[in-house]
Amino acid sequence: MTDWYKIDRQGDDLLTDIRQFLKSVLELDSIRALLVPSRLPMKNNVMPALISRPELLDEADPLAPAFAVNSAKNLSRLTRKGLDANIAAVLRPCEIRAHVELVKLHQSASEPVVIIGLDCLGAFSNRSYQAFIQENEGAASEAFCKARLAGAEPSNTVEISSACQMCEQPIPEGADITLALYGVKLDEGLFLQARTERGREILDKIGAKGAKAPEERDQVLKQLIKDRTERRDQVFEETASAVNTIKKLSEYLAGCVNCYNCRVACPACYCRECVFTTDVFDHEPLQYLQWTERKGVLKMPTDTVFYHITRLVHMSTACVGCGQCSNACPNDIPLTELFRTVAHRTQAAFDYQAGRSQDEPPPLLVFKEEEFSEIVGVGS
Amino acid sequence: MEEEFEPTIIAFVCNWCTYTAADLAGTSRLIYPPNVRLIRVMCTGMVDPKYIIKALLDGADAVLVSGCHPGDCHYINGNLKARRRMRLLKEILSGFGIEPERLRLTWIGASDGIEFANTIKEMVAQVKKIGPNSCKYQMVI
Ligand code: SF4
Ligand code: SF4
Ligand code: FES
Repeated sequence: MTDWYKIDRQGDDLLTDIRQFLKSVLELDSIRALLVPSRLPMKNNVMPALISRPELLDEADPLAPAFAVNSAKNLSRLTRKGLDANIAAVLRPCEIRAHVELVKLHQSASEPVVIIGLDCLGAFSNRSYQAFIQENEGAASEAFCKARLAGAEPSNTVEISSACQMCEQPIPEGADITLALYGVKLDEGLFLQARTERGREILDKIGAKGAKAPEERDQVLKQLIKDRTERRDQVFEETASAVNTIKKLSEYLAGCVNCYNCRVACPACYCRECVFTTDVFDHEPLQYLQWTERKGVLKMPTDTVFYHITRLVHMSTACVGCGQCSNACPNDIPLTELFRTVAHRTQAAFDYQAGRSQDEPPPLLVFKEEEFSEIVGVGS
Repeated sequence: MEEEFEPTIIAFVCNWCTYTAADLAGTSRLIYPPNVRLIRVMCTGMVDPKYIIKALLDGADAVLVSGCHPGDCHYINGNLKARRRMRLLKEILSGFGIEPERLRLTWIGASDGIEFANTIKEMVAQVKKIGPNSCKYQMVI
């Protein structure tokens, strides 16, 4: 279903018009609240906020190149125990994909959430975002948006995150409503695409008018995706050769202090309690001595590579490439590059793509009688 | 003269089939190399990938997971789940340079003592060829 709608522009300011659109959604009786990145009164930060009063959407800023947390985790908080109301959420494409994964892992529910997805222009790491808003004061989001759509560098000092630079899925496929930014004439209106029946109902109710599909969009997207895929494949190649022995993997992770921020930030890390923070890894003092006596030296805290490989076993088939792992790492380890490189292979092994569809079961939850016979036996 | 490299193989074997086969190999006095350390589990479906990763990072030269043939699992499909996990592990570990010879999955029924002995012989020969697991000597953080 690909139905296009248009809302006329009220003025020159894109953000104001997007807020107006969001207000009209929140004004519907059926929508109790809206989850949307918003400017906080403190320190110019932009964080997801759950807003119930339309007039407070004047602080909403879904164009901001800030991506402090993957909001799929917020939707899990909102819906996991059952939510007896409908809300709307403005999400990035990778947040939608993570939400799809969490729904399939029974950590979230899809029914109560109407998803509004914006074409993604990318975002900065938390640290770079602070630098960026200092540079741009006030008009940061609009400046960013203009530069990105024109294919220009949004900043002289900082780059968007490596995850976004290699993201080949910047279009919110899994949304109920897509707000298009790429390949549309933004001065002529806001172009919205209803991707589900629910999305269509909402657009009808707020009075959006039917429109023709934007002509240049497909071409623009094709080129964008091609460029990003090339970039991605180059990263995969470089990363694969940077970790192709356990020794090199150890070097790659040498800065890791086992803080486990990467798993806290990761929407695909689904265990409610991580084994690495349980008693299992609360080793006996003598155990450490025995270990060091075997090799002569034991890096502490221990089990770093063990942790990362185990995490890959758990999350790699659900990794959506959001980059929050790198964003959370206090030691600037290029984690997204590593995890995506592995995830791309494990997802391919099961002909799976994280976040692609509600209907594809996660690979480790199912099995077939006849499959993978090539891995059984001692022949190679 | 340098001593010949003797690999250490950690084998997670299902109580109902491969463990019995190993036992049978022993009682029928079949000769197989003494390089294998058997860990008896109730089903291959309970072999957590963590155990395998830990064994390899700690320097085991190879890991074998061996259980009942499809259709024979006492818990109906533990072995089929194990096969998916092994597929996943092989994909991840091979990217970090762990050779396919170091991670094996086999189905060996309770009466297959000979099959068990041959499997171990074959694995030992293969692992001798590729040499020791480097994790044994280097610091893995
Ligand atoms: S591993 Fe990193 S990129 Fe992948 S889903 Fe988790 S946080 Fe996002
Ligand atoms: S966030 Fe960085 S330092 Fe912390 S556990 Fe993950 S990789 Fe290690
Ligand atoms: S009982 Fe033998 S593999 Fe499940």
